[in-house]
Amino acid sequence: MSEPPGATVTLPEARAAAEPPKAVTAQRVLPLRRPGRWIATAVVLVLAAQFVHGLVSNPFYQWDRFGYWFLRPAILDGLLITLEVTVYSAVLGLAGGILLALARLSGSPVLRAVSWLYVWAFRSVPLIVVLIFLYNFSALYKTLSVGVPFGPAFFSFDESKLATDMVIAVVGLSLHEAAYAAEVVRGGILSVDQGQHEAASALGLPKGYQFRKVVFPQALRSIVPNYVNQLIGLIKGTSLVFYVSLLDLFGAAQTMGSTYPGDIVPLLLVVTVWYLVLTSVVSVVQFYVERHYARGATRSLPPTPLQKLRAGLAGLRVRIRQEAAV
Amino acid sequence: MTATTHRAPADTEAATVEIHDVHKWYGTHRVLDGVDLTVRPGEVTVILGPSGSGKSTLLRVVNHLERPEIGHVSINGELIGVRRQGERLKELSERAILTQRSRIGFVFQNFNLFPHLTVLDNVAAAPVATGKLGKPEAVELARELLGRVGLADRTGAYPRQLSGGQQQRVAIARALALRPGVILFDEPTSALDPELVGEVLAVIKDLATSRTTLLIVTHEIGFAREIADRVVFIDGGRIIEQGPPSEVLDKPRHERTRDFLSKVL
Repeated sequence: MSEPPGATVTLPEARAAAEPPKAVTAQRVLPLRRPGRWIATAVVLVLAAQFVHGLVSNPFYQWDRFGYWFLRPAILDGLLITLEVTVYSAVLGLAGGILLALARLSGSPVLRAVSWLYVWAFRSVPLIVVLIFLYNFSALYKTLSVGVPFGPAFFSFDESKLATDMVIAVVGLSLHEAAYAAEVVRGGILSVDQGQHEAASALGLPKGYQFRKVVFPQALRSIVPNYVNQLIGLIKGTSLVFYVSLLDLFGAAQTMGSTYPGDIVPLLLVVTVWYLVLTSVVSVVQFYVERHYARGATRSLPPTPLQKLRAGLAGLRVRIRQEAAV
Repeated sequence: MTATTHRAPADTEAATVEIHDVHKWYGTHRVLDGVDLTVRPGEVTVILGPSGSGKSTLLRVVNHLERPEIGHVSINGELIGVRRQGERLKELSERAILTQRSRIGFVFQNFNLFPHLTVLDNVAAAPVATGKLGKPEAVELARELLGRVGLADRTGAYPRQLSGGQQQRVAIARALALRPGVILFDEPTSALDPELVGEVLAVIKDLATSRTTLLIVTHEIGFAREIADRVVFIDGGRIIEQGPPSEVLDKPRHERTRDFLSKVL
């Protein structure tokens, strides 16, 4: 079945004609040549080389100034702010998203409606509007207090002291992020088979355990890729905090650019490269996190890049040996 | 299949299951229409019936995965999922129901193993989570039970790396880990390839000889004849007839039972 019929028919004839007969060479199949693919490859390589050459040789980019700015303390301070804002907002946003998703999936129509309204509102309003609105929030509410609803207060905060630029930025981004995270988490939870919920409750597993150990780990398989997408959006979204006078990576470059107008292009390149570095780190982490949560979902785990390289080299060695033998 | 035939652990007390006048409906569709059934401790009861007859729903009412509109189920005299309040029955809190379910084994048609946990963790999880055993004891019990269903060498595998028959045997071990007094089987072999059915039935047969009350919904008539103490035939949400297999399967009195058996045999 697996052998083409022609092979068994022609073999005796080939043996009769050629002498001495060599079974291996007689049956060797030459793969199809694909000239179109080679041409396309060559064209792409030429274009890529041209692009790189342009990047390097065009004096407009001022690569010496790029080198000067890349590790300047002002830029690194901005990078640190970007990282801080990203981490806080990602954690708070995800936590809020989980709560919103659970509310949306709950049996209470009020919780469902509130969660839906929240997501609707924060997905509709641009992030920058949220940030600037919060920036002026202290003018609307002078103090924040903790106490009985509509009753006496136990603690009060003076909002102008509480609401530093950092707090405003993190709160704004978290509120925005939570709305998106809620949908990502909800999608993940819905992707878990109903039978899993039934099995967990038939075993009498406590409700919290069911969520933490049975449903959520399985939901993460679909949550992680979507949330990382979201996270990368967030990293770039932090550049908006510049408008609430927080000097993040972009803000630092912008400020330096207004002091040294001739260096705007290299400064933008510095910012670009740093954002590339950040998203690359996130992508690498994503690969390993996804691999972790793939356990049990696929029969075997996808190989790590190192394993792929090793397998590739081993395959190459085998091929070379085979070619040499023939 | 090398399922060793030692008895169920001593602390498992075979349970009496009483189903009393249970009605269940979805909208205007009556799924169960007044079912009464008492299962004695250690008895093996096979429930037969055409699809849509309500047999799976009946099984799911027993561990309160479905709430009956009227009627109640009790196990060893304890009401399941409800408590008496004067003349009425009131549904228990979710936590109380979960505690009751941890004393009732349930085996699903589609196994429903936890795919992200190893075979060993699938079996050991529930006794730990419900506070019945410490982690080391639960793992030891899980190994013993997996040995009993013939899977001692697959403890580290993930469910998707196993065949359907092996997965269902893990699911049975998982149910046994809570040392239930009664185990409910909802068409345990319906999702299996024909050549894998035997290994699962062998494990259930092994359980039938130990003193555990079993309620089994199945289409395997030959198997029912072999292990059942009693066969219950359900159609249209009612029990049509019941009795030992020699009566219900060989000399059915009711027209509908004869009709059903002639189709499946």
